[in-house]
Amino acid sequence: MINKNSTTILSVQGLRASINGTEILKGIDLTVKRGEIHAIMGLNGSGKSTFAKVLAGHSAYEVTGGSIQFEGKNLLELPPEERARAGLFLAFQYPIEIPGVANTQFLRLAYNTVQGQRGKAELDPLEFDDFVREKMKLLDMKPDFLDRSVNEGFSGGEKKRNEILQMALLEPKLSILDETDSGLDIDALKIVANGVNQIANPNNAMILVTHYQRLLDYIVPDFVHVMQAGRIVMTGGKELALELETRGYDWISANKQSVAGVIV
Amino acid sequence: MSETTHTNYLECLLKSWSTKPTESLSWLSQLRARAIDRVSTQRLPTKRDEEWRFTDISSLADLPYQPSQPDSNLQVQDIAHLCVKEVKNRLVFVDGHYSSQLSTIIDSAALVIGNLPAFLSTHASILESHLGQYAKFDNNVFTALNTAFLRDGALILIPKHTAIAEPVHLLFIATQNEVTSYPRCLLIGETGSNVTLIEDYVALQQGTYITNSVTEINLAANAHAKHIRIQRESTQAFHLANCAVSLAHASNYQSVSISLGSQISRYNLDVRLTDEAAECTIDGLTLIADRQLADTHTCIDHLKPNGTSRQQHKCIVDDAAHAVFNGKIMVRPHAQHTNSSQSSRNLLLSKTAQVNTKPQLEIFADDVKCAHGATVGQLDQEEIFYLESRGLSEVAARNLLTYAFGAEIISRIPVTSLRQQLEQTVLNQTQSN
Repeated sequence: MINKNSTTILSVQGLRASINGTEILKGIDLTVKRGEIHAIMGLNGSGKSTFAKVLAGHSAYEVTGGSIQFEGKNLLELPPEERARAGLFLAFQYPIEIPGVANTQFLRLAYNTVQGQRGKAELDPLEFDDFVREKMKLLDMKPDFLDRSVNEGFSGGEKKRNEILQMALLEPKLSILDETDSGLDIDALKIVANGVNQIANPNNAMILVTHYQRLLDYIVPDFVHVMQAGRIVMTGGKELALELETRGYDWISANKQSVAGVIV
Repeated sequence: MSETTHTNYLECLLKSWSTKPTESLSWLSQLRARAIDRVSTQRLPTKRDEEWRFTDISSLADLPYQPSQPDSNLQVQDIAHLCVKEVKNRLVFVDGHYSSQLSTIIDSAALVIGNLPAFLSTHASILESHLGQYAKFDNNVFTALNTAFLRDGALILIPKHTAIAEPVHLLFIATQNEVTSYPRCLLIGETGSNVTLIEDYVALQQGTYITNSVTEINLAANAHAKHIRIQRESTQAFHLANCAVSLAHASNYQSVSISLGSQISRYNLDVRLTDEAAECTIDGLTLIADRQLADTHTCIDHLKPNGTSRQQHKCIVDDAAHAVFNGKIMVRPHAQHTNSSQSSRNLLLSKTAQVNTKPQLEIFADDVKCAHGATVGQLDQEEIFYLESRGLSEVAARNLLTYAFGAEIISRIPVTSLRQQLEQTVLNQTQSN
C-alpha cells in the first residue's frame, strides 16, 4: 500500500552490473518505501533475475556502477549474509536442495542466526518446533515437511512454499521474490500468494520479479516496473500488468516514447 | 620393494600356520589347506596390479605381524560406550578372538547366533555348504590368508520366514599392537527372513596392527538384509577386508559402509545377483584426513534378469589423504531388464587431498537401464550463496554443506542411536572455524 509519509527502505541509483565481463544491468533506478509492493516484469534475459541476485549480493556479479542504499546503509559494502541479517530476503527461483540436512535443522539455524544478530533470543528445538508449525499453517504445509531434507525431492510448489516459509520465519524488511510463480499450478499459486499477503504489512516491503501477470491477480502490486535490456523502461500502477498481458512486451518497445508520461 | 620381500612376507605369516587348531573337521581342514596352498602361489599385490594401482601397500611387507593370541581382560564396562542401545544380540571379538563374556545372546531360540566353532558339529552340513563358498580366495591373497587362519568367527543364521526386529551387532575390537587379526563373519538369511546386521571395527587406543577380515552373506529367495559396516580402526592400523554377497530370487540387500579409520584401508565388496528380481542398494562414505588412504572396490554382478542395483559412494578427503573408489557393474548377457544406477561423488577439502574414482560398467545385455556418474570437486557456489542469503556466514555455510554431504549417506543407517553417533562424528570432522 502506498503511504506518502512512509520511509524509504531501498534506494537504487544508476545500478550497473556485469557477469564475466558482459554488462547485464545498465543503469537501474528504483525507490521502495515501507508498505509498498513492487512488481518487476520483463522478458527472459531482460535482467530482472540478475537485479534480484545483485540485491542479495551474489558474488558472480560485479557491480560496475551506481549505488544501493538499504535503510540508509550502503548495501554494496555488505556480504550476502550481512544483507540477510539486515533484513533483506531473496526467495529463489530455483531453491537449492541440501540432502542430508533436515528442513527443520536448516530453518532453525537460519532463524537463530538472524535472531542472534538482531539481539533477540534464539529458540531451542522444541520452542522452534512450535513456532515453525504455527507459521506452516500460513502455507498449508504438512508436518512431514520438517523432517525431510531441505528441498530434496520437493515438488516445484513445495520448494516455493518452503521459500515463503523461510520468509515468514526471518521476518525481512524487504523481500524479493524471484519468479516465485514459475512452475506453480493454480492451487499452489493461491496458497503461496495467500502466505505472502499475510506476511505483507505497513512496515515491510516486497519486490515481485515475474514474467507473467497471473501472480499479480493474487498479490496486488502498488507499482509495476517493466525491464528491458538491463533498464527499467516503464513504470505504472497495477493496471500496467494487465495492459502487458493483453498487448505483450512488444507493445512496450513500440510505445516507450508515447507513454512516457507514466515513467516515474 | 622387491617381489622377494613380498614372498618372504607371506612365508613369515605362514610360519605360524602349523599351530592350527586340531579339532577341525575334515572339510574345514581341507578348506584351510586349500587356502594355504593358494597363499603360497600368490604374492602381495603391488601398484603394478590393475586392482591395486592407486593403493600402495608395500609398507605391509615390513610388518609380518603374527596372528594375535587371546589376551584380553576387557570387562563389559570397558566397552559400554561401544554398545548400540537398539541391539539385543551382540557378538564381541577381541583381536579376532570371540569373547563370550562380552557377548550377549538373547534370541537363541529365534535365530542361530554365536561363535563358529560352537556350531561345527551341530550345523556341519550347512556350514560346509556356505563357509568359504562366496569369498573366493583363488585370486585374493588376503581372503586366502583369512581362510587359512580361520578359527573364531560370527555365525548368524536367520531361519525361514523369521524377521529379527532388533539389529545384530558384531563388534570387533582391536587391543593389541603388532599383531594380525582375522575376523570372519557368515550371515545366512533363509527364505523370507529379515535381519539388520551391524559389522563394527573399533580400536580402544591408537596403535599399529593389521585387520584382515572376510564376511560372507547369502540371502535365499525373498530374504532381506540390511548390512551396516563401520570401519573406525586406529588411524595407524591396516584394514584389509573382503565381503562377498550372494543374492537369490527377489532377495534384497541394503548396505551402508562407513570408512573413518586406518592408515591404509581396503574394502572389497562383491555382490552377485544370482537369480531374477534380486535387489541391492550399496551406499558408502569415506571420511579421511591427515595421510590416510582408503580404497573401496565394489563389484555388483547382475547374472539374471530383472535385477535392480543402486549405488552411491561419497568421499570427503582432507589434508593429504587419498581416497580410491572403483565401482564395477557387470550386466551379464542374460540379465535383461536390469536397472542399475551408480553415483560417485567426492569432496576435496584441501589442495593436497586426492581422489581416484573409476566407475566401470561392463554391459553384455541389450535391454537394460544403467546410469552412472562421478564428480570430484569443491562445494558448489550456488549452494553457498543460498545459505549465505539466509544469514549464514560463509564458514557456517561451508561447514553445513560439508556435513550434509556426508550426512546424506549416514541418514540411510536404519539404527537411530548409531546414526546419531555417526552424525556427530561427521559433524566433528567437517567443521572448520
